Amino acid sequence: MNANASASDIDVARICELAHFCLSEEERDRFQKELEPIVAYVRKLTELDLDGVEPTKFGQPVSNVLREDIVEPSLAHDTVLANAPDADENEFRMPKIVE
Amino acid sequence: MSLPSDLATLTVAAAQDALRAGELSSVELTQGILDAIRAKNDALGAYLTVDAEGALRVAADADRRRKNGEDHDLLGIPIAIKDLINVTGQPCTCASKILQGYVAPYDATVIAHLREAGAVPCGRVNMDEFAMGASTEHSAYQITRNPAAPDRVPGGSSGGSACAVAGELALASLGTDTGGSIRQPASFCGCVGLKPSYGRVSRYGVTAFASSLDQVGPLTKTVEDAAILLRTIAGADPHDQTCLDRPVPDYRAAARAGSLRGVKIGVPREYFVEGTDPEVMAQVRHGIALAEKAGAEIHEISLPHTEYAIAVYYICATAEASANLARFDGIRYGYREVGPEPSIQSLYDLSRTHGFGPEVKRRILLGTYVLSSGYYDAYYNRALKARTLVRRDFLEAFRHVDAIFCPASPTPAFPLNSTVNNPLQAYLCDAFTIPANLAGICGISIPCGRTATLNLPVGLQILAPAFAEERLLSIAAACERELAS
Repeated sequence: MNANASASDIDVARICELAHFCLSEEERDRFQKELEPIVAYVRKLTELDLDGVEPTKFGQPVSNVLREDIVEPSLAHDTVLANAPDADENEFRMPKIVE
Repeated sequence: MSLPSDLATLTVAAAQDALRAGELSSVELTQGILDAIRAKNDALGAYLTVDAEGALRVAADADRRRKNGEDHDLLGIPIAIKDLINVTGQPCTCASKILQGYVAPYDATVIAHLREAGAVPCGRVNMDEFAMGASTEHSAYQITRNPAAPDRVPGGSSGGSACAVAGELALASLGTDTGGSIRQPASFCGCVGLKPSYGRVSRYGVTAFASSLDQVGPLTKTVEDAAILLRTIAGADPHDQTCLDRPVPDYRAAARAGSLRGVKIGVPREYFVEGTDPEVMAQVRHGIALAEKAGAEIHEISLPHTEYAIAVYYICATAEASANLARFDGIRYGYREVGPEPSIQSLYDLSRTHGFGPEVKRRILLGTYVLSSGYYDAYYNRALKARTLVRRDFLEAFRHVDAIFCPASPTPAFPLNSTVNNPLQAYLCDAFTIPANLAGICGISIPCGRTATLNLPVGLQILAPAFAEERLLSIAAACERELAS
């Protein structure tokens, strides 16, 4: 683990930007205070010598699982749009993206 | 057989005996569950929503199927469903405001299996929002109480599932377990909770929290009932390539044949340490002694990387969660807020900020941090490697023993409102359940007496190798018998 990194390095404003959250300064301070001890705790892993250890990325060792590429019916438009917060005919409505 | 006046007190196996004998119809049984919910749910808060009409319709259909000669261990049996498993036409909120009003447009594979068997999905049970928590206090909608001690939490995240079963508002329930979310609430409430091996049960249609750790499993009154449910929901699924194509044995037969004779049981010294409640330890030690008396061999073992499991988990699980929950953006479904100056950015930001609760935000922030540029290697890659060490501990242990016995939780159920303001403290409670998820193995918690002082349920956790559910259920059923006698 980066020896220079410490728990107080957490840039909550930057992480909020990445996670698409808009928090008040007060909320950001609260998360900062809550995250610091958690990050300090997980830094416990620096104690381990992990050179040459393979990573475990999956719940079980898996290789590619292939199946026939068969077209199956998908959900009907109106079924899907029934859950849309804003829809117009066969489309999701959303704010303008391009001027 | 004479039926109890409260049908919700039945086990799945006993209810099915009555259905088969024609002493009871599924409509009567389902009405009995609906009556129990009406009588007790206001006080306990297990269910979020109940579709009585829909349940009775499915029950009537099950009765017709039986008349036409169909039979299955779950035909006509009502089952409570954790609110993150999609059931067509029913709400699926994940106990989050961001999915308020969402109605599932399709069935999860586990639900398709239940329907094929003729089971009756009878209601949506409460949980921690997006399954993040160990007390069900992180639900956006309501608290759920522990039926054994109403001023205490039912555990979590499948707290509604455990409360419904232990409080006799359901015969059985489905939950999910990412770091202990089936086993810990089962131990807190005093019922059986089974986490299958990773890849045993399909995750299709189950809202993802951490995809490399999540598994669906049953919460029931008996080990035999857990075996019945597992047999029905297990098996390969073309919609989930992590769900492995392995035979599904007759788990119920394994539970019925349960024996401890000659079984080698490992007791990991890392689980019986300071920090584990002495009264919990005493009950679990008593369970182990009974197993020994019934013919099991007890061996002390070591799982040396246990102390690193929580750190590994809170990096891996939050990293995966931050990616999985990126789909909640206010565009296609769920809560939307655009603000006074509508833009795509304000839509994303406001919908997510006001749609997710504090615990979910905390975990997304942590996951985003450990995956962010400059920290990825230091945290995420390191955690993946440390996960290998935790997994190897179990592989090594299972070369010498058939199963591992330990507490499901270091403490019994804690009082409501006692951990919500200390997230790290809350995370440390998962110490005994997380390792099984990291290793992909199967585990079960069965009731193992109560604490001496406060009379709170204690769970004995039994762990077995990946895809050794037959062995796990056989040992657990035998222990259940010893503990009952």
